[in-house]
Amino acid sequence: MARLEVLKTYKIYIGGAFPRTESGRYYTPKNAKGEALGNICLSSRKDVRNAVVAARKAFGGWSERAAFNRGQILYRIGEMLEGRKAQFVEELQLQGVSKAKAEKEVGVAVDRLVYYAGWCDKVSQVSGGVNAVASSHFNFSVNEPTGVVGIIADQSTSLIGLVSQIAPVIAGGNSCVVLASEEIPLCAITFAEVLNSSDVPGGVVNILTGSVDEMLKPLATHMDVNAIVYASTDASKLKEIQEYAVDNLKRVRHYSQDWMDADSQGLHFITDLMEIKTTWHPIENIGGATSSY
Amino acid sequence: MAKKNEKINWEYAPAPESTGHINLKEQYNLFIDGKWVKPNSGKYFDSINPANKEKLASVAHANEKDVDKAVKAARKAYDTVWSKMAPSERAKYIYRIARLMQERAREFAVIESLDAGKVIRESRDVDVPLACNHFFYYAGWADKLEYAFPNRKVSSLGVAGQIIPWNFPLLMAAWKIAPALATGNTVVLKPAETTSLTALKLAEIIEESGLPAGVVNIVTGFGDTGAAIVNHNDVDKIAFTGSTAVGKIIQKAIAGTHKKATLELGGKSANIILDDAPLDQAVEGIVNGIFFNQGHVCCAGSRLFVQESVADQVIEKLKHRMNSLIVGDPMDKNTDVGAINSKEQLDVINSYLKIGQAEGATMYQADCSLPKSGYYCRPTLFTDVAQSSRIVQEEIFGPVLTIQTFRTVDEVIQKANNTPYGLAAGVWTDKGSRIFNLTTKLRAGVVWANTYNKFDPTSPFGGYKESGFGREGGLHGLEAYVKLN
Repeated sequence: MARLEVLKTYKIYIGGAFPRTESGRYYTPKNAKGEALGNICLSSRKDVRNAVVAARKAFGGWSERAAFNRGQILYRIGEMLEGRKAQFVEELQLQGVSKAKAEKEVGVAVDRLVYYAGWCDKVSQVSGGVNAVASSHFNFSVNEPTGVVGIIADQSTSLIGLVSQIAPVIAGGNSCVVLASEEIPLCAITFAEVLNSSDVPGGVVNILTGSVDEMLKPLATHMDVNAIVYASTDASKLKEIQEYAVDNLKRVRHYSQDWMDADSQGLHFITDLMEIKTTWHPIENIGGATSSY
Repeated sequence: MAKKNEKINWEYAPAPESTGHINLKEQYNLFIDGKWVKPNSGKYFDSINPANKEKLASVAHANEKDVDKAVKAARKAYDTVWSKMAPSERAKYIYRIARLMQERAREFAVIESLDAGKVIRESRDVDVPLACNHFFYYAGWADKLEYAFPNRKVSSLGVAGQIIPWNFPLLMAAWKIAPALATGNTVVLKPAETTSLTALKLAEIIEESGLPAGVVNIVTGFGDTGAAIVNHNDVDKIAFTGSTAVGKIIQKAIAGTHKKATLELGGKSANIILDDAPLDQAVEGIVNGIFFNQGHVCCAGSRLFVQESVADQVIEKLKHRMNSLIVGDPMDKNTDVGAINSKEQLDVINSYLKIGQAEGATMYQADCSLPKSGYYCRPTLFTDVAQSSRIVQEEIFGPVLTIQTFRTVDEVIQKANNTPYGLAAGVWTDKGSRIFNLTTKLRAGVVWANTYNKFDPTSPFGGYKESGFGREGGLHGLEAYVKLN
């Protein structure tokens, strides 16, 4: 007798755990052939708030990790993703991507994680520096993470947009709440499983599935979210986000690019979600001695 | 030799700066397309010396049509001249402006003090030199932009609309105009209504420098003038320094447009004194942090945190020092604290003094006499305040300090960061490792360790959280005015 396959329940990812949505609701996205992708959590605004709380809680610890350590963890995510390549290719195919393209997408996603892993401990040398002030002070600027970042994942891809948006945000030391692609959400949840096995502390990345329209407002108006990353081309939605952002002066970053493109990565994707901190300290120069040798 | 019981008069003799050498017109028009033009509205308003309420000049009130004219001039100058000019030539114009300002530095300092109420010592030694240096610094960037943004293609934005506050009128104009020009943009700038004069004097220098017509346009007026700039369709960039409330209005107004923005907003910055700090130096730092420029400083160290074991000592020293501050005529070179910028602002400050007392805090004011005419406020501190007190949470923008105590470093980090603002912070301790622990954990854009309220053109300035976004100064200040591909 043939063995009965065990089907996977897709759940959301909050604070390092995989709960079902608190609302108990689900939706059933279908692929082009009309096949159901699964019963996916239709997350609620309460899930959004729980995710923000988890992200805020994780922020302090993650932002204070040594940049070197964050780099190792990002690399580890890449390793874990590579190891589960077959599963992602299968999910991408189910969601309508050809096998060749699916294999390429997973490959680019792994490479992107490795790329950002390498940036973690180099950002401050390239983007920060010592400022030559005229007075007798030592003055330097460094990048620091902005805080909790809301990410509305690229809706047209299941994996590569999501990875390309999350990696630079956490490379810089932020934590995030991610709204997955509504129509093709499978890779987002499976990617959460990759994160969960990669030493990424719980709460650093939180991933929700469901209606972007429904979750957008609670996320973009949340007073404990410091920035929003939006990567689709809907101008009216972008305007909506920019208006929601006003109450606590969220930084809104908008990207429109083909995430499969090799140029869709760079230092600025990291520094866009970082602040510049400038520190001053006096230099004592009482005698006025100079170093003559 | 004085007899033992004889009371010695330690008061300084008056040392007023002369005002005879300055050139002020009775009436100022708008500086648009390289010409001085009458406002479409036909209206003028008075610019008052807040130290004695005397009228200094009348200034044009630009309306929407005037702003439109200025934006059109800026667009034309951008399209036909400025964006096409070799960056090294652009640099030379900016250098020239810096030099001309330096030549007329004394005149600028005097007018700034007359118009804004700030003490002549600060105008002369801080505002004006920093403003000149800002132009000199950014001039040098004009032909080196590719070094600032490695691996990216840099281009200018177009027309920048810039709205500046009344606390550092000329300096803020320099902070806005210099980087905008260096990166190849043209400018429409609106000074604050109470302090238009040094921006108009700057326009005279710009005229004198031969800068092509329309590259910099100065439109004076009130909030409606600013709104016309923000809402103009042909403006590509808004740079605003002012209150968080107005910053939010601007962010909302430009949502859904192509306009890029930098907002430099309010603050409620923590100044933290640890038990091992050199206390006399720290007291000078507290005074400089909150009473510099009458406390009209967005990054003012308005929330003082003193470690419990030295709190009594610090507060006693601070009160003693407050009593030696000379409050009065801004034009006197001995004056430490000048006039409050306007009646409106004095009303705001006084209302907070009432709120603080009504909330149960203990108020202490410096024992000093105030001039009879003009707008003045005694240096003030509040003890017995709570983290939730309005005077602890809200920006007062005056010479008013709140004092809280703490026991541990972790406690003060929590308290200092517990605010919607994140502009600046100060830390006073002799221990290096403590400094770096605190400066790393304080969520603020500028952190001064064992110093306070220091500024430099090379040093990026700007806030975290609701203190705004974007940086001004330094390499990072260029990003606000460029498009990167």
